[in-house]
Amino acid sequence: MASIKLKSKVRKGVISVKCLIKHPMETGLRKKKGKIVPVNYIENMVILHNGNKVVDADIGSSISRNPYFKFKVTGKKGDIIELKYKSNKGETGSATVKSK
Amino acid sequence: MKRRLFLKSAIAGSAVATAVSAGLLTPSMVFANSASFKDKSDKVSTLVVSAKEGLFKFKAPKIAENGEVVPMTVDASKIKDVTDISFYIKNNPMPLAASFNLSGAHGYVSTRVKMGKTSLVIALVTAGGITTSRTQEVKVTIGGCGG
Repeated sequence: MASIKLKSKVRKGVISVKCLIKHPMETGLRKKKGKIVPVNYIENMVILHNGNKVVDADIGSSISRNPYFKFKVTGKKGDIIELKYKSNKGETGSATVKSK
Repeated sequence: MKRRLFLKSAIAGSAVATAVSAGLLTPSMVFANSASFKDKSDKVSTLVVSAKEGLFKFKAPKIAENGEVVPMTVDASKIKDVTDISFYIKNNPMPLAASFNLSGAHGYVSTRVKMGKTSLVIALVTAGGITTSRTQEVKVTIGGCGG
């Protein structure tokens, strides 16, 4: 199961949200020992700020392995940032963090 | 398959007008991706041609030693009401890397992408229904798209 690192830091009323998801992000084009490695990548990711959707990302297989993203949202200390993702295999994951 | 791809991309490179033919590459190659994302990629490839140059910042390395991990940043936080930020890598089997739908967040996205070979990278920012773009060439010494 993939693990997620999620950090959100407040500076001058702006929360910068950084996230790192552990995921192989296989494109389905790569071969290993002559066999094609099956496709496995994150399709959709959502960032919620205090329960409101602020980022809805459609992600393709061209994003690197262990994808990293950084966003900026207006907010204050203590705001809750939540991340949810779904892979093409239907796997889901989520993480929640309080802004510092 | 590879030779065909090469020929097609060579044609695409020779004439700017046929740049859209990069979009023609997709049907055979994107079997791996979901249909809706493919539609989106096709849509973006038409946008790439029509978009005017934008006034936002786009940061990407000129030379990427490792195509597996190429960091890039779009900073359009000075533009109001940014609704969409996309990264488009012309020579990748799946040209649209990611499309971020923003609602309430600043026009700022930073991420890392894979690149198969040297290519033009196009960042697209949509604000108030108008799409603008910025282009930069990233040279790749070692590809990162398998094969």
